[in-house]
Amino acid sequence: MSKIKHLQKLLETKEITCIELTERYLQNIERQNKVINAYINVTAEEALETAKKVDERIAAREKLMPLEGIPMSLKDNISTKGIETTCCSKMLQGYYPIYDATVWETLKNQNSVLLGKTNMDEFAMGSSCETSIFGVTLNPHNTDYVAGGSSGGAAASVKGNMAVYGIGSDTGGSIRQPASFCGLVGFKPTYGTVSRYGVVAYASSLDQVGPITDSVEDAAIIYDCLSSYDPKDSTSVGSKISTRDKIKDGIKGMKIGIAQEFFEGISKDIKTSLEEAIKVYQDAGAQIIHFEMPKLNAVLPAYFIISCAEASSNLGRYDGIRYGYKTDSYKDINEMICKNRSEGFGKEVQRRILLGTYALSSGRYDAYYKKAQNLRYSIIQDFKKIFESCDIILTPSVPVTAYKKGKALVDPIEIYMMDICTVPANIAGLPAVSVPCGFDKNNMPIGMQLIGNSFEDYKVLNAAYQFEKLTKKTGVSYTGPEVEI
Amino acid sequence: MSYELVAGLETHIELSTKTKIFCQCTTEFGGEPNTHCCPICMGMPGTLPKLNKKVVEYAVKAGLATNCKIRNISKMDRKNYTYPDLPKAYQISQFDKPICYEGFIKLSSGKNIRINRIHIEEDAGKLIHERGDTYIDYNRGGVPLIEIVTEPDFRSIDEVHEYLEKLRLIMKYIGVSDVKMQEGSLRCDVNISARKKGEEEFGTRTEIKNMNSLNFIAKAMEYEFGRHVDILESGGKIEQETRRYDSALNITESMRGKEDADDYRYFRDPDLVNIIVSEEEIKKLKDELPQLPDEKLDIFINEYGLPKDDAELLIKYKKIAEYFEEASKDIKNKKLISNYILSQIFRRMPTDSDKEECSISLPPEYLKELISLLENKKINSSMASNALEKMLDTGKPVSEFISQKDMQGIDEDTLREICMRAVTENKDAVDSYLGGKEKAFGSIIGYIMKETKGKADPQKAGEIVREIIKSF
Repeated sequence: MSKIKHLQKLLETKEITCIELTERYLQNIERQNKVINAYINVTAEEALETAKKVDERIAAREKLMPLEGIPMSLKDNISTKGIETTCCSKMLQGYYPIYDATVWETLKNQNSVLLGKTNMDEFAMGSSCETSIFGVTLNPHNTDYVAGGSSGGAAASVKGNMAVYGIGSDTGGSIRQPASFCGLVGFKPTYGTVSRYGVVAYASSLDQVGPITDSVEDAAIIYDCLSSYDPKDSTSVGSKISTRDKIKDGIKGMKIGIAQEFFEGISKDIKTSLEEAIKVYQDAGAQIIHFEMPKLNAVLPAYFIISCAEASSNLGRYDGIRYGYKTDSYKDINEMICKNRSEGFGKEVQRRILLGTYALSSGRYDAYYKKAQNLRYSIIQDFKKIFESCDIILTPSVPVTAYKKGKALVDPIEIYMMDICTVPANIAGLPAVSVPCGFDKNNMPIGMQLIGNSFEDYKVLNAAYQFEKLTKKTGVSYTGPEVEI
Repeated sequence: MSYELVAGLETHIELSTKTKIFCQCTTEFGGEPNTHCCPICMGMPGTLPKLNKKVVEYAVKAGLATNCKIRNISKMDRKNYTYPDLPKAYQISQFDKPICYEGFIKLSSGKNIRINRIHIEEDAGKLIHERGDTYIDYNRGGVPLIEIVTEPDFRSIDEVHEYLEKLRLIMKYIGVSDVKMQEGSLRCDVNISARKKGEEEFGTRTEIKNMNSLNFIAKAMEYEFGRHVDILESGGKIEQETRRYDSALNITESMRGKEDADDYRYFRDPDLVNIIVSEEEIKKLKDELPQLPDEKLDIFINEYGLPKDDAELLIKYKKIAEYFEEASKDIKNKKLISNYILSQIFRRMPTDSDKEECSISLPPEYLKELISLLENKKINSSMASNALEKMLDTGKPVSEFISQKDMQGIDEDTLREICMRAVTENKDAVDSYLGGKEKAFGSIIGYIMKETKGKADPQKAGEIVREIIKSF
């Protein structure tokens, strides 16, 4: 059931005013955010102002736009004019953008009620929000556990009923992983369908904006609003397909591909849960096709070289001259820039800048960056081939479920490995969704990932939607989120 | 031992597009600091570049006008380095796939200076040092540039001079740049080395950075070549390094050595897509190119019969050349037009920038009208000069100053009458003429011209006077 549609109905039939609805969410934030730490900045005033406008439009019997009046959250790397945008870094504390990101402009034009900016790993580098200068975000499903990352705040805001949906960004799994950890739907669209303009860049060729919701239909509604061509983004192509209508197509005859490589090293609980999910699809008439993905192990190093290389260049601009963190004392311009960057960036960000700088430097370019790009190209070709015989690829979203707070950040390599299932979709620019498919022995949510071919976002969401519908009916260990208002 | 100079040039030319390369800001020179800026050219977090199509067109035109090949698919790369005037800490440029490559410019000696490549890039802002503080003005940041890189084909400072003049003229003719050196819209880096005459191998080179005057380039090269020769003569070795020219002291000085050279970590800019220029587009742009200065020079000399020096003076300024072409349309004696332009009209435009703008208010059609009267002997040259002065003062046509009646000149009977009077009233002059003094004849004609207020045709009058004297 779409929460967005449900709430808009309540608004239109005047069972609740938009101000009341907004206040309820603000109360939820007030009550829970201190513990959960989903939001790092609550924009209550702006939210109520928009809500008032929506109520006036409802009173004037205006038809609501698809996302109008729905309280939501934005990840803190999405530029919001006049609202602090920090990327959860000391480097950008006190930075107030003078322009809006295209995604936020689109949402604003729909009178979306922005409740606030959500926590994330610093500059989206991390998978638990533990690199955020504002500290870790806890999992509302069980606060002993982390919400994941980097869009951990976005996921926690939805899971904790502190927003109807959250907008996040996904460079190597940053939407899908926290959605998986929190038992939500996290959708990373095809690269180029949603504008990146105004989204503070981590790795430009991999970054993509998408929604975290508690139903697939909501993800489709949001995606339809956000996926349009943006002349400000040269890599934007947009999408003209109404995903919202297409997701209700059946899945009979759908070919679902499975590669063993994705299932190596995952826990027994996750394996069992996914096997059940595959059975659900089979029973509904989908065809399972097995294929091999021998290059999967090479995807991660390629991903890290490319993302760090791009990041080292993208983050070069933070010198503290025009905006952002500035050190107290310095001898000259060189020392000023060095101190600003050494003091303003956290450890993980510095590590990735160093890695990327190394990979691009003369004499090493061929061995690292060029090699990674070649590999990327060949992986894209592999996927093209696979999609000649499949509609969808089914994998776990993450090899593990949410971990306990404080347990992460021990070994960076081990943490990087957690991205193995999500990274291929970024490397190849493919649409991918994580949907809840069960719980592990600690009752923590398990996520299933569905990857589609480029610009076949509707197929991905169709498969996810049907699964959501079927599992509710068949009662596989999935408890769908209920609308609690 | 005598040495030979070897040099290659990297010339940056600011394109005269209305807006910047990646945003909608104006490219206008000057303006209050940081008023021609937006989040994109300031590199604010999250912003993305969008390539201005005009920049690509201009670069292709520049390539076509310098005999380059045009790449159908090229790309933009990031050149990473940290400097306060570069807000993104990378310059968007082109590395291994420049849009134009393998061209040349022909010097008057017939020698070709080969062009290795022409690529597109963005300009940086400007640092302003004042009262011990440093300020940054980003107005120039994101202004489109092309960089034109030659092979090391120069063997003298004169060749460099001629090449730059030619390059400047070509860019002006095709309308891709104003090439105002004082505003820094043409800046040059010179790579220079010296080798013993007759040697094949190049010597170690140094690079003199960022000069924006032809005069300074010549002086810097002269100094630097001398420095190389002195070092080589005394058995020393040239350090490969980057140097700057100090115009006040007329010396070059070291900026940084080879080992301190930046590692720019070039890589393809993931925010931008391929630049695709189809063969049809190239053809369209080629068709749009105007006649280039060399073609014009050839026509002026070989078809119009102008002396080389005169033709060169005319083509040096695009607007003057066009003025000449307009004014001399349908005129047989093109040199007549050229003479009036290079003398009387040029006096009205004393400075280079006057000529650049062709700053007179007289339309070329009016000059043509005047000269065709002269050509058809309706008026004589002194009438023409007088009228032209008045026309230049007022911008009005010749009919304002020479009446229809004046143009018809004087009928033969009246002229004969006046000539008769001239002979009878200048007996002394007639006698001297008959006595063999050719000069005296001139004073008789002078009398006639005075009597007719310049309207008489002096040649015709001369014939009549000779006739009268003979009949005596």
